[in-house]
Amino acid sequence: MVTHAGSLLEMKGIKKSFGQNHVLKGIDLDVKAGEVHVLLGENGAGKSTLIKILTGAYEKDAGEIYWEGQKIQLNTPVEAMSLGIATIYQELNVIPELKVYENIFLGRELKRRGKLSLLNQKEMRKEAERCLMMLGQSPALADKQLGELGIGQQQLVEIAKALALDAKLIIMDEPTSSLSGTEVEQLYSCVEQLTEKGIAIVFISHRLEEIRRMGDRITILRDGFKIDTLPVQTTETDYWIELMVGRTLDEKYPKQSFTLGEEGFRVENIEVSGTKEPVGFSVRYGEIVGISGLVGAGRTELARAIFSADVRGGGKVFIDGKEIRIKSPRDAIDSGIAFITEDRKSEGLLLDQPLDFNIAMANMRKFTKKSRLVDLKGIREEAINYIKELKVRPNNIDLHARHLSGGNQQKVVIAKWLCTQAKVYIFDEPTRGIDVGAKVEVYRLMNQLIESGAIVLMISSDLPEILGMCDRVLVMSEGKITADLEIEEATQERIMKAATGG
Amino acid sequence: MMSEVVIQKPKNEETKPKKTVKSYVSKFAPLIGLVLLTTILTFLSDKFLTMNNVMNIARQSSINAILAIGMLLPILTAGIDLSVGSILAVSIMVMGIVSINMGLSPILGILVCLAVGAAFGLINGLLLTKLRLPHPFISTLGTMNIARGIALIITAAAPIAGFPYLIQFLGREFVGPIPVSFLLVIAVYIIFHIFLTRTQTGRYIYAIGGNKEAARLSGINVDRVLIIVYVISGLMAGLAGLVMVGRVNSAFPLAGLSYELDAIAAVIIGGASFMGGVGTVWGTLIGAMIIAVLRNGLNLLNVPADFQMAVIGFVIIAAVYVDVLRQRKGKKG
Repeated sequence: MVTHAGSLLEMKGIKKSFGQNHVLKGIDLDVKAGEVHVLLGENGAGKSTLIKILTGAYEKDAGEIYWEGQKIQLNTPVEAMSLGIATIYQELNVIPELKVYENIFLGRELKRRGKLSLLNQKEMRKEAERCLMMLGQSPALADKQLGELGIGQQQLVEIAKALALDAKLIIMDEPTSSLSGTEVEQLYSCVEQLTEKGIAIVFISHRLEEIRRMGDRITILRDGFKIDTLPVQTTETDYWIELMVGRTLDEKYPKQSFTLGEEGFRVENIEVSGTKEPVGFSVRYGEIVGISGLVGAGRTELARAIFSADVRGGGKVFIDGKEIRIKSPRDAIDSGIAFITEDRKSEGLLLDQPLDFNIAMANMRKFTKKSRLVDLKGIREEAINYIKELKVRPNNIDLHARHLSGGNQQKVVIAKWLCTQAKVYIFDEPTRGIDVGAKVEVYRLMNQLIESGAIVLMISSDLPEILGMCDRVLVMSEGKITADLEIEEATQERIMKAATGG
Repeated sequence: MMSEVVIQKPKNEETKPKKTVKSYVSKFAPLIGLVLLTTILTFLSDKFLTMNNVMNIARQSSINAILAIGMLLPILTAGIDLSVGSILAVSIMVMGIVSINMGLSPILGILVCLAVGAAFGLINGLLLTKLRLPHPFISTLGTMNIARGIALIITAAAPIAGFPYLIQFLGREFVGPIPVSFLLVIAVYIIFHIFLTRTQTGRYIYAIGGNKEAARLSGINVDRVLIIVYVISGLMAGLAGLVMVGRVNSAFPLAGLSYELDAIAAVIIGGASFMGGVGTVWGTLIGAMIIAVLRNGLNLLNVPADFQMAVIGFVIIAAVYVDVLRQRKGKKG
């Protein structure tokens, strides 16, 4: 099919600044038809900005863009779409109340002839079915209510939407981050079908195994520069990481072992919403306990139940053998529990407030003086300390949280909880969507917490991370704990078996 | 083997965004607007920048300024309070009944006026947090009608006049050339500034407006703060009513009709965001001043009232558009 040997897309010397902040400092990228081209870089390396230029959301400051050999201007999202550039964002742009085919044709509905310009539902349905079949899906899907589908199938609908637009290049921004195992497999096979048809995929991911499996070529960005473009098959994963972080990472998982102490935290008969059987477990000092399981197994719900984030059903929580009463998040915090939620933006941060306020938010009492006034200077000083300690970049306390990259936002959320001087830290997917360098920093921090006598629990869907960092693994399935494994006996297979209820 | 590509570690410099002229312009846009407006009106009318007229503006702006500062709080929490105009009316009618019809002490009248305002605010807060009505637009739309209805019913729609000096003091008296009502505004604004920037509850108001869920999970008692917000808004409506009674020496049940709209306009012109979490006390003061200066100036220029409404409409849209432009410039991935 593809006759010209040149590239489908070529970007040369792309530069972009926001005020004083130079985000892209001359980036080249070329994408060939039918390839999966991976963009890899730490948070803040410039990936999302580059993508936004490619989709017409941002205007570039300098540089050239060629599409099928022709120099083009790319100033609006509509221009990008009409060329055949489609984007699947992490947050899906679908409307649950509409049917699948209506979603696929949203904004460019087919009309019947005649003055009334009624919708041509038959034609739309037919076309939607065709696109879904191209992805190996059942055509019957077209008539389903979108909201009834799982997140993986919703994503496929977005891809079908791109196909209906005759997309030649589909950008996927961390498409697997919220998918379950089978959904991920389904996505992989869809991507294969697309590339066979000559469609190019630009793929952003932090999951290295996935890149190895899916990618044809990989372009590594760092600090707004393109470092290199490499073939995936013939290069080492470690080499990518070195290029990405600009230094050798000693270890991906800086696991430290501490002497196991007394039981410090115990949960009894906690009711996790949706199941009948209450849950209990305990954690000793000196160990990191992982909570594994599939998406929807009730891990986050368990953490929320402990924290009383929603109405508390029942159950008891003990710290150092003493029962603590938790009726609200405030009680939980006052008793020394920190819950680092999964979704930074919607549950963790005040995006339009400076970093110091974000950090002090959960412990304002500490900064309230006898006069009942808030000690702004004290907040500032403490926040600056955390920013330095956690190496938040840029290290400007007055910056609004919105302007930080994902990894740095996560550090601010962690700083907020460190500031509460909690004893028990429950991390929910602490490294999702953050880069390798920041991941290691989060792991190191967990080590430090353990060392300083805290209790650490980590909910994670990333099995290598669980196996790499934890001393013990609790596996959940359908709201129950189905396995409690010492790390020596935990293998991917055993965890998966327990996670699938087998 | 790849040491040559291992480039320098990223510099860890303190990145402080330079304060450019542009950033100042956008930050002080409302103030610049007020200064420009004042300058233009000074040229257009020689009566505008006289001591007499300036004090007149100060006096005229005070009722809206007090309502607006109350309104700032719900808007900061991404809410709204449509009921303040009606609460103003019911507060002064009850005060009239207590201090004139029943002949009780004026001090008691003043306290009752404020208490009625706060009580209606409390109802707004409870409707929002306990009945969990989906948006304060709805709950306060309800209380707006209820309060107005009560104001009409309890006095059979008749005005009450002849208030004692003590009640009229705030709205009528001067200290030298300066109206007491304006001094009250300044005092209230200073208190609000300290409240919003320096107290725990004040900071929580911003936190809730910025991200309600994050605030809740950070241990903030969101319901309690929201109730306080609406109580204060109602209290300010009562206070504004007190000033109004002093100004016109009567209380009538249709007082404050649609005043909530000017209050909302002042908050928005002053740079607060309808999405919550963004807005300042001083911005609101300038917003209230812009509206007052505009009204006064258009009066001096003999522009009919109908036109004045249209002009204020334009100013609201222009002010928010400036903010939209600023946000678009500032956004980044």
